[in-house]
Amino acid sequence: MANKTYIAAIQDALDLALDKDENTLIFGEDVGENGGVFRATDGLQAKYSEDRVFNTPLAESGIGGLAIGLATTGYRPIMEIQFFGFLFEVMDSIAGQMSRARYRFNGTRNMPIVVRSPYGGGTKTPEMHADNLEGIVAQVPGLRVVMPANPADAKGLLLSSIESDDPVVYLENLHLYRSMKGEVADGYYTTPLDKAAIAREGSDVTIVSYGGAVPVSLKAADELAKEGIEAEVVDLRTVSPIDIETIGESVKKTGRVVVVQEAQRMAGVAATVMAEISERFILSLKAPIGRVAAPDTVYPFAQAENDWMMKADDVVAKAKEVVNYD
Amino acid sequence: MASIADANKKVLDFDGQLQAQDDFFPTLKLLDNDGKLLDKAAYKRSELTDEDLVEIMKKMLFSRQLDIRSTKLAKQGRFGFFAPTAGQEASQMASAYAFGKEDWLFPGYRDIPEIVDKGWPVWKAILWSRGHAKGNEFTTEDGEPVNSWMPQIIIGAQYVEAAGVALGLKKRKEDAVAYAYTGDGGTSQGDFYEGVNFASAYKANAVFFVQNNGYAISTPRELQTAAPHLAAKGWGSGIPSLVVDGMDPLAMYLAAKEARAWAAAGNGPVLIETLTNRLEPHSTAGDDPLRYRTKEDIAEWWKKEPLIRMRKFMSEKGIWDDEKEEDYIAEVDSYIDDQIKIADNIDKQKISDFLKNTLEVPGQVMKEQIEHFESEGK
Ligand SMILES: Cc1ncc(C[n+]2csc(CCOP(=O)(O)OP(=O)(O)O)c2C)c(N)n1
Ligand SMILES: [Mg+2]
Repeated sequence: MANKTYIAAIQDALDLALDKDENTLIFGEDVGENGGVFRATDGLQAKYSEDRVFNTPLAESGIGGLAIGLATTGYRPIMEIQFFGFLFEVMDSIAGQMSRARYRFNGTRNMPIVVRSPYGGGTKTPEMHADNLEGIVAQVPGLRVVMPANPADAKGLLLSSIESDDPVVYLENLHLYRSMKGEVADGYYTTPLDKAAIAREGSDVTIVSYGGAVPVSLKAADELAKEGIEAEVVDLRTVSPIDIETIGESVKKTGRVVVVQEAQRMAGVAATVMAEISERFILSLKAPIGRVAAPDTVYPFAQAENDWMMKADDVVAKAKEVVNYD
Repeated sequence: MASIADANKKVLDFDGQLQAQDDFFPTLKLLDNDGKLLDKAAYKRSELTDEDLVEIMKKMLFSRQLDIRSTKLAKQGRFGFFAPTAGQEASQMASAYAFGKEDWLFPGYRDIPEIVDKGWPVWKAILWSRGHAKGNEFTTEDGEPVNSWMPQIIIGAQYVEAAGVALGLKKRKEDAVAYAYTGDGGTSQGDFYEGVNFASAYKANAVFFVQNNGYAISTPRELQTAAPHLAAKGWGSGIPSLVVDGMDPLAMYLAAKEARAWAAAGNGPVLIETLTNRLEPHSTAGDDPLRYRTKEDIAEWWKKEPLIRMRKFMSEKGIWDDEKEEDYIAEVDSYIDDQIKIADNIDKQKISDFLKNTLEVPGQVMKEQIEHFESEGK
């Protein structure tokens, strides 16, 4: 066990993956001697050679194509998209090609690719750097979308993602990179790619969230506890596929639900979670499902981030509304 | 007449072809590092007057001063994101001097000074950098439109958009062009090729600049492509493509002026690769150049920066001296001070305005959101 930042846990996982299987390759813009703009790959090129950890020319579509091609020749590519706001440049590789390959080859070929990319607000980046675009990739059949909310999961989920023969979009929360520390087990371990976690137990209301919204929800749960409301926080860990079973067990216990996401309200992951709950567990519900999300604008100019992003207070207010409904 | 056999031999001479590519692009150069004029005929061809030289010098000094002040303010947290420009003054300002108000600028995030030069006030540039919507209004102090897109964050996107404006200007038979700037890294993007090729296919009024400053964040120019010259990428689309000493203001101006004239006359686009260098970190957001290049390399490039040679050239001509420079810098500094004050006093932006600016006609849920944020005064 060691106390590690979220980004150190990611780096640890990458190191272990390179060590374990010589077919794993890391590439992307500036991932080489610079160690990535956030230093997630710091030291890895020196340790494993330029052959296995290398810079690419500046083109996301090219990076995606490279991953597909290298996977075709038996490698296990871990490609980095420097910021997830550049998803649109690599969208065809991800949504038009790698996600469909297994289907198009009639199940005879897999694409064991991991697309690593930072997302999420709160650090006042220039535009197109912080967007929560997980809803867009979560709608693509043939992809797994993984969004860890703490250092231990960041490591275990990344190792599982690398082991997975399906293409995985593994999203790293920019704000948590250095602001969050936690206990991380030493050595190699994996965390399943289809299992939500109970981040906090409670019996009065279920808060379902994922990624950067989990610590916000946990903070809200602490606030609610002060007022005698015990919230159970479900951390989805993976937003595609979604672990409906774990959500269902919690909903059956509490009968009240708030779904929390950092992304805009329209469409998206929260909407899917709400729909699944409505379809399957509506008779367990004692109140309409509440939702906390961002307004339906483009991700805001940096100075307005604070007004735009949902906060623990919003989660507290919504949870109270749901708890007090009768 | 060469025989088929000779032609075939040439076709199959791969080494020879690589050598020819390497040899083809000599660098346009009018001033050497010491400010000595190397080509009188080319200088005459530029038709630069002494007044023009003073103007170009001032624009470059303005840019340098803006760079120094912005970098400082960023360190104090009073600026947002800023991409330093030191070393690129000739590549940016001397080229921009060849274009007029009617021409459409397509800048990258590092091309703030060129937009300011078109009349976008510095206080707006500061707000843009801090992430404030008001900075994204491209108008002059008097509310006149400025023909520029916002500094493009998505590398390469400005090239395809420039091709569109270039075609629009051609269709409207205007004596105007679109001019776009990207970097050496930018030439790897699909958008780069598509933009150049579309403009070429339509013979549209565009001038494309590639500011080859040696690096894309940490990635050296050599890693982007095996092409010995980035300018060669214009050749693939069949357009005039040239390499210019990007540290030489006179060469930059001459190349830009002739490219503009060519494109505005309906001959199609031109691509200009400028050989320059990024003397400072990639941005104010924590890049450390010493992770990927040496102090000595940076120091060598500082000796070649454009202000040095321009100062020498103009002092020799008797049209520039230290006093003139100090006076002008003082003037720029006090202007920037005033602009910072304006930026500091702009109203906070509102989420309800963002919502109203998202769709012209909002849907029901969005209307609720507008009401909600308005009720909170946000
Ligand atoms: C589509 C896209 N990919 C990646 C980035 C991240 N990024 C910002 S600047 C940069 C390097 C750009 O290098 P270059 O084109 O040479 O321009 P310079 O910064 O040197 O002016 C990168 C990779 C981006 N902004 N947009
Ligand atoms: Mg560059």
